[in-house]
Order: sequence, then structure tokens, then C-alpha cells
Amino acid sequence: MLDVQQIRQDFPILHREVRPGVPLVYLDSAASSQKPRQVIEAMNGYYRKQHANVHRGIHELSESATAAYEGARTRIARFINAPEPESVIYVRNATEGINLVAQSWGRANITTGDEILLTEMEHHANIVPWQMLAAEKGATIRWLPVRDDGTLNMDRLGSFLSEKTRLFAFSAMSNVLGTINPVQELVAAAHGVGALALVDAAQHVAHLPVDVQALDADFLVFSGHKMCGPTGIGVLYGRHELLEAMPPFLGGGDMIRRVTFDSFIPNELPYKFEAGTPAIAEAVGLGAAVDYLSEVGMEHVHAHERSVTGYALEALSEVQGLSLFGPPPNQRGGVATFAVPGLHPHDIAQLLDEEGVAIRAGHHCAMPLHQKMNLPASARASFYLYTTRDEVDRLVEALERAKRVFRIGV
Amino acid sequence: MSSQMYREQIIDLYENPLNYGDLEPADFAYEEDNPLCGDVIRIAVRLDNEGRVADVGWQGQGCAISQASASLLTEEIRGLTVDEVREFPKERLLELIGVPLSMARVKCALLSLKVLKAGAYGIPDPQELRGD
Repeated sequence: MLDVQQIRQDFPILHREVRPGVPLVYLDSAASSQKPRQVIEAMNGYYRKQHANVHRGIHELSESATAAYEGARTRIARFINAPEPESVIYVRNATEGINLVAQSWGRANITTGDEILLTEMEHHANIVPWQMLAAEKGATIRWLPVRDDGTLNMDRLGSFLSEKTRLFAFSAMSNVLGTINPVQELVAAAHGVGALALVDAAQHVAHLPVDVQALDADFLVFSGHKMCGPTGIGVLYGRHELLEAMPPFLGGGDMIRRVTFDSFIPNELPYKFEAGTPAIAEAVGLGAAVDYLSEVGMEHVHAHERSVTGYALEALSEVQGLSLFGPPPNQRGGVATFAVPGLHPHDIAQLLDEEGVAIRAGHHCAMPLHQKMNLPASARASFYLYTTRDEVDRLVEALERAKRVFRIGV
Repeated sequence: MSSQMYREQIIDLYENPLNYGDLEPADFAYEEDNPLCGDVIRIAVRLDNEGRVADVGWQGQGCAISQASASLLTEEIRGLTVDEVREFPKERLLELIGVPLSMARVKCALLSLKVLKAGAYGIPDPQELRGD
């Protein structure tokens, strides 16, 4: 088990007060996690001592910046057990990774009548790029249903896959329900009909050990900022031969081998997909984040979250009038999404903020799922390696107070 | 810290809204949602023969601020001409709400006014367009 108090010492922001006398209870890590000093210092140190542009300068600083940038790629590749660093493409975030696949692989491979399978629990990032592609190509999007308990309807999976299916793109862990999906099984089902599988691992990589080779994923995307890293950096992992065959996404410097007045020859992997000066300091920061998480141990992160989440679900289920959504603790990550009739999620979030408790309220970029659940919005508390049971208690106290303000149950 | 944003009046209006309900027939009606939070408000207005607001009904769902704002606004516009409705200052509505609002919540507070003005400017009613 990890020592949560010791972990908290690494996160400077957790020690601030939201307002004088009101300590922060940060329960919005599924939106963006906080950063340990190791990450902040790595980026700071890079700018103080190492910065220059990468891959071009014939001078000490440029070589040092390139080594830092590429060294981070190697460690990130190891963190997800990618077979080689070249199959780790730096992007801005998971959203950009999905757009890259849709615009590059998708436009080259999807044609009229093809089907793309998604699930009803997807984040807009894994919906809209496919809707854009489908509209352009005359392809059809199909939706694997979510059951009332917040899990995917695996019994119906077979009926949604056929020789028409070209791609199955799904979330490894729902950002709304917290459901941890059976990734390996879903990938295997896609492969069974000759389709590719794209895994949206934005929530997953931050919270669970991930091995892209064991999962047999064709593509897998995630964002640095949800896993103790900075904003502005994320990863697209792709199988080497797929990336090799794909046309470039953005054109510009660094992604070319040779340019003439008539045409260009793209660079080799991974640079073919990294046009323009990249987010170097952010890559260094993400490298420091995976070092940090590796040192703590992802299995410990997951075990801690499971324990806090179990505690939270039990405490929240005792709040009268509150309904919880999503599967039981053993099938979910560190997310508790709920609603209180008579108390709009925005009002809940506002009243909780007065107590220093930060949660997310709204549709969490999953409007179709909320439509399905017949909810205009919901409130979400999310937990990470630094969340304590005391913080969960403060959440529950603040909720009781919000109910009193709205004269619910009095 | 006290719940300044939720003074009694706001919660009273949330629980017992004013001018709530449909208005048929109406001279203009409009509805819109605030996709960020899922607030939705519909306002329908009937004019008298001098072209002043005679009756107004609103329906919707959402947070306390957006819903209370619709009650306060619909109370305030009776007797105004359509031109006066178009010019209704947002500062006046915020003053009626009378509680300090964070940036994010100003959007909730002004949704009703946005809907009302869209109707007053003759933007076609989305409900009519949908045919329901």
C-alpha cells in the first residue's frame, strides 16, 4: 500500500487553502490531476538549464534538449510496454491522438458503407472525430449499449460487429461512470471480424498498469495532465506497421525528410507525425510523471484508489436522497457520479466549493450517455493517489450542508 | 463562509417559480439550453393591442440561479414594449438576482434574458421548427 500522507507531501497545491481558513479538498482529478514537485521541478530545471530547439541545432543545448525529449519518450514507451519508442507519438492530448487516427488512418481507409463501432459511454473526444469522418466518407457509426448498472452490454457485442466493421473505438475506463471495461476482450472481438481497435485510455493509464502488447491494442491514446504530468502533452501509441503505412497528419518542419518545390518525402517514425517545434518541456514533464508513478507503482495507485472509492461509495450511499451511478467498486476506477433530486449539480458544486471541496458538475463531455441515463447533468467526485478518507468525509459533510441550504430532507 | 449565492429568495423562487407554464397562443416564444450545465429555458410572450407585454410564461429545468432568474425576469417585463424588451439591460437582471455570481454562473443567470431577447428579435421558435 502507498503512504498517502507521504504522497501528499509531494503535491504542493494540496496544501493551499481555497480561501482563508478553508483547506482544499481536490476531488476533480478525472478532469485533471495535480502535479508532484518532481514534475514541476523537472520542467523548471529543463527551462533553466537545457532548453533549445530539438533535432536540429549543432550545439550543446540542442543536443541536451533532444536527449531530454527523446529520453522521456523511451521511458513513456516502457511505462506502457510499447515494443519500441518509435511507436509512441507525442500529441497534445488524447483528443488530438484520436483526431490524428481519424484524419490519417481513417481518411485513407474508411469508405462508404463501412461501420465504426463506439460505445454509449464515450467521451466527446471519442465521438466527434468519428462523426466528422463518417459524414465525410458516408460511413455509419454504431453504438454498443451500456446496461443500467453502468457496464457494457457484452452479450450484444457480437451483433454489433461484422465484416463491415473497420474500427472499434472505446474507452478503457468511463470518465462518468468509472466503469473499467474488459479491454483485452473488446480488442479480441474487434480483431475477430478483421477490425482495428482504438483504446481511449485517458482515464485508464493514469490509474491502472497498462501493457499495450498484452492488450493487443492497435491504437491507444492518453493525456499527460490526468496522470500527474503537464497539460499540452499526450501520447498516441500505434502498432508500428500501421503507423508506417499511414499518411502524415499535420505538415511542417520536423515531419519531413526532404522537401522540393514539387513535393515532400515524410520523415521516419515517430517524427512523421510530429510537425513543428514540439512541446519539449511538457514531454520532459510527462517523462518525470511516469518516473514518479512507476516509483510509487501503478498497482499501489490502483489499490489505494479502489479502497478510497469503496469507502466513498459506502459513505455517499448513506446520504439520503442521493442516487449513485455506475458499477460496484470492484469494476470501477476512482469515480463517484451522483445526483440529488431537487438540487442541480451546478448548485451542488457551488455549495461544495464554499467548503473548499472541488468536484465536477455537468455532462463531463459525455452528453449522449447523460441522454441515455435521462439526466441533464450529474455531479462527479473523482479520486487519485493523493485522496484521503478524511477528504471523502468532508465531501459528505458538505453535501449534507448543501441539502440543508436547499431544505432537502429537513 | 455563508451561502451568499443562495439567499432565501433564490431558493424560494427555485421551489415556487413565478409565471411558470406554457402560453398558448403566444406572439413570440423561444427556447435554448446552456449545454455546459444542461439548463434549458423556454419563454413565451403575449402582447396586448398596444404591443406591450401582457402575459408571459416560462418553462425549463436547471440550476437554482438559472430558474430563479427566469422568474425574476418574467415578473419584470410586463407592460414593456417589444423594443424595451430587446433593450432590457443584463445589469438590471443581475441586480434583480442580487447575489454575487462567479463568472461561470453569470451564464446561468443570463440564459433567460438571452432566450427572451431571441424571441423578441423574431428568431424562429426552435420548438415550432422541430414540429412538436
